[in-house]
Amino acid sequence: MARGPSSPVFLERRSYRRRRLQDAQRLLPVLGMLLWMVPVLWPTRNETGHITMSAAIYYVFGVWCLLIGLSFGLWRGLKRKGDEGTEPPAGDP
Amino acid sequence: MASLNLLVGVSLVYVAFLFAVAFAAERAAVRGRSGWLRTPLVYTLSLSIYCTAWTFYGAVGYAARSGMEYVTIYLGPSLVMIGWWWVLRKLVRIGRSQRVTSVADLISARYGKSNTLAIVVTLMAVVGVTPYIALQLQSVTLALSIFSGPPDAEGLNGLNPLSAGFWVAGGLAVFTVLFGTRNLNANERHDGVVIAIAVEAVVKLVALMAVGIFVVWGIAGGIGPMMERIDASALGTWELDRSRWAALTVLSAAAFLCLPRMFQVLVVENDDERHVQIASWAFPVYLMLMSLFVVPIAVVGLNLLPAGSNPDLFVVSIPLAQGQTGLAVLSFLGGFSSATSMVIVATLALSTMVSNHVVMPIYLSLKPGGASMSGDVRNVILLARRLSILLIIALGYVYYVLSGGSGALAAIGLISFAGVAQFLPAMLGGIFWRGATRMGALSGLCLGFAIWVYASLLPSFGQDAVLPASFFDVGPFGINWLRPYAFFGIDGMDPTVHAVFWSLLLNTGVFIVVSLLTFPKPLERLQGAQFVNVFDHSGQARGWHASVAASEDLMIMAQRILGASEAQALFRAAARAQGMTGHLPEPTPAFLERLERELSASVGTATAHAMVSQMVGAASVSVEDLLAVADESAQMLEYSSQLEAKSAELSRTAGQLREANEKLTQLSVQKDAFLGQISHELRTPMTSIRAFSEIMRDAEGLSVAEKTKYASIIHVEAIRLTRLLDDLLDLSVLENGQVSLNSATGPLDAVLDHAVITAQASGDGRLRVTRDTAAGDTMVTTDLDRLGQVFINLITNAQKYCRAAAPHLEISVHADAERLAVEFRDNGTPIPDAARALIFEKFARVAEGDGSGAGLGLAICREIMARLGGDITHVPQAAGNVFVVQIPRRQMSAGQ
Amino acid sequence: MDKHVLLVEDEVNIIEAMRFLLTRDGWKVGTHSDGATAVSAIRDARPDLVVLDYMLPGKSGIEILTELRALPDLAGLPVLMLTARGQSRDRELAERAGVNRFMTKPFSNSEVLNAVRDLVRV
Repeated sequence: MARGPSSPVFLERRSYRRRRLQDAQRLLPVLGMLLWMVPVLWPTRNETGHITMSAAIYYVFGVWCLLIGLSFGLWRGLKRKGDEGTEPPAGDP
Repeated sequence: MASLNLLVGVSLVYVAFLFAVAFAAERAAVRGRSGWLRTPLVYTLSLSIYCTAWTFYGAVGYAARSGMEYVTIYLGPSLVMIGWWWVLRKLVRIGRSQRVTSVADLISARYGKSNTLAIVVTLMAVVGVTPYIALQLQSVTLALSIFSGPPDAEGLNGLNPLSAGFWVAGGLAVFTVLFGTRNLNANERHDGVVIAIAVEAVVKLVALMAVGIFVVWGIAGGIGPMMERIDASALGTWELDRSRWAALTVLSAAAFLCLPRMFQVLVVENDDERHVQIASWAFPVYLMLMSLFVVPIAVVGLNLLPAGSNPDLFVVSIPLAQGQTGLAVLSFLGGFSSATSMVIVATLALSTMVSNHVVMPIYLSLKPGGASMSGDVRNVILLARRLSILLIIALGYVYYVLSGGSGALAAIGLISFAGVAQFLPAMLGGIFWRGATRMGALSGLCLGFAIWVYASLLPSFGQDAVLPASFFDVGPFGINWLRPYAFFGIDGMDPTVHAVFWSLLLNTGVFIVVSLLTFPKPLERLQGAQFVNVFDHSGQARGWHASVAASEDLMIMAQRILGASEAQALFRAAARAQGMTGHLPEPTPAFLERLERELSASVGTATAHAMVSQMVGAASVSVEDLLAVADESAQMLEYSSQLEAKSAELSRTAGQLREANEKLTQLSVQKDAFLGQISHELRTPMTSIRAFSEIMRDAEGLSVAEKTKYASIIHVEAIRLTRLLDDLLDLSVLENGQVSLNSATGPLDAVLDHAVITAQASGDGRLRVTRDTAAGDTMVTTDLDRLGQVFINLITNAQKYCRAAAPHLEISVHADAERLAVEFRDNGTPIPDAARALIFEKFARVAEGDGSGAGLGLAICREIMARLGGDITHVPQAAGNVFVVQIPRRQMSAGQ
Repeated sequence: MDKHVLLVEDEVNIIEAMRFLLTRDGWKVGTHSDGATAVSAIRDARPDLVVLDYMLPGKSGIEILTELRALPDLAGLPVLMLTARGQSRDRELAERAGVNRFMTKPFSNSEVLNAVRDLVRV
């Protein structure tokens, strides 16, 4: 159901920040999915051009570190903005 | 070289250590000093039971065989954790608010506490997890076999894999029974187990990383040389089965949520929702570290060890080959930890499901008197769980024996994953879609599971083992499109991807379609609303309505399940909360709800619900249920009534518009009619004037008499025109409110007299006018000229339209404190009802008279009276007409 | 033989003027001033031309015209309609009802005489 009419239209700056951090949090797995599906596009052994295994390892684990870092950052950010607001007032996206 | 005996000894010491840790933890929990037990760190580490012996040993083997593909098994869970906000958050909240004990309990509770569904999910989970347990047996047995020395001349090593597997299985069973079912925990949480698996998580991480560090820095000589070695090896070039990469990432994410043991640690053992947020980044770190050294170990193993070595064992065999016995033992312990923690939690979770959803309902229905029989049910439950543990591990062993103990670890693990992933549609559908129904979930689960068994599980035993080889070539009974690896004739898909794709696709499809087609029962709808909107109202499940249940009966039952002291404490607390002094509370709905929740922690939602409903003699749905359903539908009603209100408003607006339109149309018609009238009234005299003036100008030989006659016609018509224009002007001024009133005080009689004289002067004299002067003379303050105009008009009208043989008009005056009423009563033909509404309108001439009036008279009268603060009305009579002119005694401030 | 014109009109002064004009022009002029009975009056009088007012007491000129056109023996009777309302819609209605000539009051005498002559010659 849509957000009820009781949801305020304007939020104070802090809540607004927190909402955007939550948005980022929601989008993070999408980013992860996209980045980790990039190897599907790489040429494999029998195709022209090739990617060395070391490059693949650097990429996959690099993305992993990036996601962990972002996730950690968001957690820190949300914690600083206050725990009381980790749930939005009404329902789910 | 470490002897087998040493390994067994080390293992036993390690197990004893774990026991000590678990015991200490439980003691601490009982003393209430459990704060350190339930920290985010412990929660994160407990999640590591995802990384089983399959990870510890199998990942390296997987990498040696298929390159980077192994990493997908860890990418999926990482994504789930990083995206905790979407699913985990809700699962955990639901698990906590509904006191869910297992994944079967969750699905059963969501779909109206259906025990059928619980049984189906339980059976599926047992079947699905069996290969996984077999995998643990296999890996531990394999690792042991490495230590027992190289294969002898006949190709057999010193260890019989079957008997070793049996001993490993027996040991794990005993370990699990001792660990998990020492007592029946009040809340289905296992503090001791959780802390033990946390310790094991550390051990396996340390062990794997130790081997990894040894390989990278000890053997290869650093990161740079290691990478060069990797690129130079057989794995050096990127290779990938694209469909598997995507499918396995999704599959592992699904399995991460659906595996009974993962559900146990993620949801059931969760103590604080905030731990999930911390684990959202901490657990991916763990997974990444576990995956980090896999490729290096695989590459070094392929380089160093003789061809034909089992890559699944590189983690142990590399240190052994390098003479690092200590590291090898540590590595073995890591694998052992992985296997034991997985088996413990998996069998605990499964045994809870089996005892709650299969054994207990059967037991209760077999016992006469149901839940109210005597004896401590707790012992029955414990026994049921222990038996379930033994049964599950036995099944794992059977699978291990049947599959020959030879399959690659990764392949076995994936079969398990695909099996439990079948829960995903029912689970996600259940928590996000209120329309999901029990029948939908049941159909989807059964179909998905059937496909999995046929396309994934049975083929895993090998062709001709269970399914004849002909099935794979031409399909069962020659039905080509049912070949296990090529449904619908679509060849060339990877078997795992094929099974996952078709089972999940058809599972989801059937789940959705059947849900759309069936209608849920009230309890289903209610639970659906509570699950889907768990953040809106984290209130508890619907209440009980206890009319029959005696508190004693409930007490007896509760004692049997919760234990005497706990049950008594619970009841005493409830009684105190109700303000009663005794030990037994009133069976209020709130108390019954609480009791059911406590019971459900021990025996599962469906069983607890069944027991309490048996005790209180309620039907499956109570008044409360219905009220709650009504509540839910009230929300919908409110929404739809808002819509209705809006549409009512719309139709009202539309009605108003229609009215306005009609009015406008009427006005337009009136305007046309008015213009037509004015035109007619002006043109008619002008026609005469023009015609006669032309005659007088053009015609020759007119007599003087004729000339005089025509000139006088012109004269009369000119006057008529003038009068008409005067009237129009008058009316327009009156209507626009621009009239200026000359207020004066004078006798009403004088005004009337003047009016009668004036009117009669222009009339034909037939009308007899009489005055009733009984009321005496009355003074009036108003615009006397205007009032006189009204009177003249009325008298003139009577003259014109009164068709009586002897026309008569009687004028009388009535007075009260406020007003004067002047009546004009004639004896003419009454104005028809239909016309009465019109007579005060402009140009309304009821009967066409002599045409000398334009029909503006009464309209002008009405306007004048409105300005003077009075009014003029027509009163219908049996014979004749009465016009009443009402004048306020004091002139009002009208006409401003 | 003098042609016969029937004036159906309720305004006395207009009747007076028309009668004067038409009589002088050599017409035999009959008059009728009630709408309700106009049709039967026309049938009785059998005129060569009817001059019909638009607004008549009892029945409007359009109604009378429509009834005339519906009668087989009078369907072809020339009708000159006069109106003082001066609205274009009235002309349309009259033409639809089958009027031969439509004139708006006030008219010039020569206009009306020409119209009468035209209609009767046809």
